Amino acid sequence: MLLGGHLTSISSLLERTNPTGVILRSYRRYLSMTTALILGVSTVGCGGGDSTDSNSAATTVGGAATTAAKTAELAAATLNGSGATFPKAFYEEAVAAFKAKNKAVTINYGGGGSGKGRTDLASQVVDWAGSDAIVKEADKTSYKGGAFLYFPTVVAPINVVFNAPGVDKLNLSPTLIAKIFQVEITKWNDPAILAENAGAKLPDSPIVVAHRSDGSGTTENFTKFLDSAVGSKGDGTWKLKSGSTVEWASSTQAAEGNGGLSKFVKDTVGSISYVDFSDAKVAGLKAASIKNQAGKYIAPSLEGASAAADGAEIAADLTYFAGWAKGDAAYPIAAQTWILVYKSQTDKAKGKAIKGFLEYMYGDGQKLAKEIDFAPLSPSLLAKAQAQLAMIEIPA
Amino acid sequence: MAHPVLDLTGRRNRGEAAFGGLARFAGILVLIVLSLIALVMTTRAWPALTSGNFFTTKRWSVPDEVFGSLAFVFGTIVSATVAICLAVPISIGIALFVTQVSPGWLKKPIVYSVDLLATVPSVVFGFWGISVLAPKIMGFYESVHDLTSGIPGLRSLFGQPNGRSMFTAGIILAIMITPIVSSLSREVISTCPQGDREGALALGATRWEMIRAVVIPHSSGGLVGAVMLGLGRAMGETIAATLVIGSSAQITANLFGAGNSMPAVIASEWGEALGQHRSALTALAVTLFALTIIVNVLATSIVSRSRRRAQGTI
Repeated sequence: MLLGGHLTSISSLLERTNPTGVILRSYRRYLSMTTALILGVSTVGCGGGDSTDSNSAATTVGGAATTAAKTAELAAATLNGSGATFPKAFYEEAVAAFKAKNKAVTINYGGGGSGKGRTDLASQVVDWAGSDAIVKEADKTSYKGGAFLYFPTVVAPINVVFNAPGVDKLNLSPTLIAKIFQVEITKWNDPAILAENAGAKLPDSPIVVAHRSDGSGTTENFTKFLDSAVGSKGDGTWKLKSGSTVEWASSTQAAEGNGGLSKFVKDTVGSISYVDFSDAKVAGLKAASIKNQAGKYIAPSLEGASAAADGAEIAADLTYFAGWAKGDAAYPIAAQTWILVYKSQTDKAKGKAIKGFLEYMYGDGQKLAKEIDFAPLSPSLLAKAQAQLAMIEIPA
Repeated sequence: MAHPVLDLTGRRNRGEAAFGGLARFAGILVLIVLSLIALVMTTRAWPALTSGNFFTTKRWSVPDEVFGSLAFVFGTIVSATVAICLAVPISIGIALFVTQVSPGWLKKPIVYSVDLLATVPSVVFGFWGISVLAPKIMGFYESVHDLTSGIPGLRSLFGQPNGRSMFTAGIILAIMITPIVSSLSREVISTCPQGDREGALALGATRWEMIRAVVIPHSSGGLVGAVMLGLGRAMGETIAATLVIGSSAQITANLFGAGNSMPAVIASEWGEALGQHRSALTALAVTLFALTIIVNVLATSIVSRSRRRAQGTI
């Protein structure tokens, strides 16, 4: 729209200054060139997407086929979803595997962020939404389809990643993390850091704190962990509260997305940041062990995240916060995510497809999660989630 | 057979009526769409606009739901101004070179390659900015910072350097607006009457004196218009600015410090925004909309005034 707007204004200016319109014509040519370029790129993009989808479908067909015999295939339905980007990789794999079993069902997941997913579900633009955070009580009235249900799907650790020369292992308590990310501790060899890392050789160099430049569920869960452990619910060391973006100090650095932030840490000596488990693993970044509620330093792992989900307090509507959970083995910075669907489904085929997809999620889907670096739900939470499936009302 | 009567009133001519109607509809449609956009956006932005602090604070806090636009308005204007300061001398230089100085065979390649810059998608500039420019330019920033650290005014202008900063964003934006500003300047300058220029040369003026005495005064209004259109584009640029500006809601004299611009904030926070946050982002869009309209209206009026003046002198 902006490009178009500028071209219009340029054209109008040129029509006045240059009646022959020579430049105008050449600009039109560039416009069509640009359009062709954009179209070309997007076609290539779509092609790429399709091929990965079919690849993943092909690889998971074997696993799905064993259970295919148990249930009859679902009737034709198209389910559109949008929301959290954090579980997007997992949902795409799960959809492909589910589709191999139920060929008539088409499921789309557009991503776009938890906020977008919730807004889309509220206005019934989509049939299901992914969200990393729960809906505020005040916003519930805006949901046109009435009451909705939370279905937890997977858990994943958030790694505190760092790039300090000569440092391979780092122990951090929530208090230290809070002070580092609020730029109260500014050097790697600060006595407070040394106190938790006896014997470690920490460099005498400044700490570069990096955070997400975009609004993100990862930032929300990371700050929620700090707020629960040492913030408003703790001793008040963490003052920035929690949100999809917070008021970071102006001396901190920012990068876009988990991928952008991983690259920044990799490229910047002395930096520290937080990125999701799978991106940290792909980028090969070193991660700190975090002190949990039981006082133990735990390295990020899928098992640690599942243990956190097990130790979390789970409300009746299955909302919970996986971070700062109880338990010796719990990794304290874990992120949870839900699929939100309306309780009363209005379309029979769609309702059955949604229920079928969630049933798959709680069956083979949980095994699939581990393969792509997401932690499955703990057995207790899984049982509660499966029991909640019966609450979905499908018209006869 | 007699010749068909030509109906000059056009009332009974169906083709005429249909074409007139279509043209009128298309013209009015633009206005309707534009006002609907403004209306819907303003309605959505209303809770934030009337919250009392949208235009009064620079604080942007999602947890506390305090949304002030000042830091982003500041970042938008500063990065666009840096872009203009860098792009305008180069663009006008290109335009003067191509129209007044360059030999004929060199004109086309220069014009073509400058215009080709306009076809590069902005995300490419953004990626080049974060992966090449931002890390590499730190050395330059540091030396400027060291050089000016003893000079009172410049000391605060070139403070503690950051690779991703308002100045880096300004450099990227400057590259992006150079094609437009130089194309428009070239057009404006080439409308300068040949007779006036030859007259100046005949009176013994050197090429520079001719440019200063004839070309610049003749086209100054048009040049200002071209610069304003470049400014409008720089303010609205989203992706490239998002990637390199540093994303920090602060108001600082330090050009080497991180800032944030209105389109960058909208693009990066929209996906996770709800309620008042969403409304505040829409309010930023309304502000940006108003700001670009003001700049464009000013540009158009300056250009048309200069055109009238130019016609009057001929």
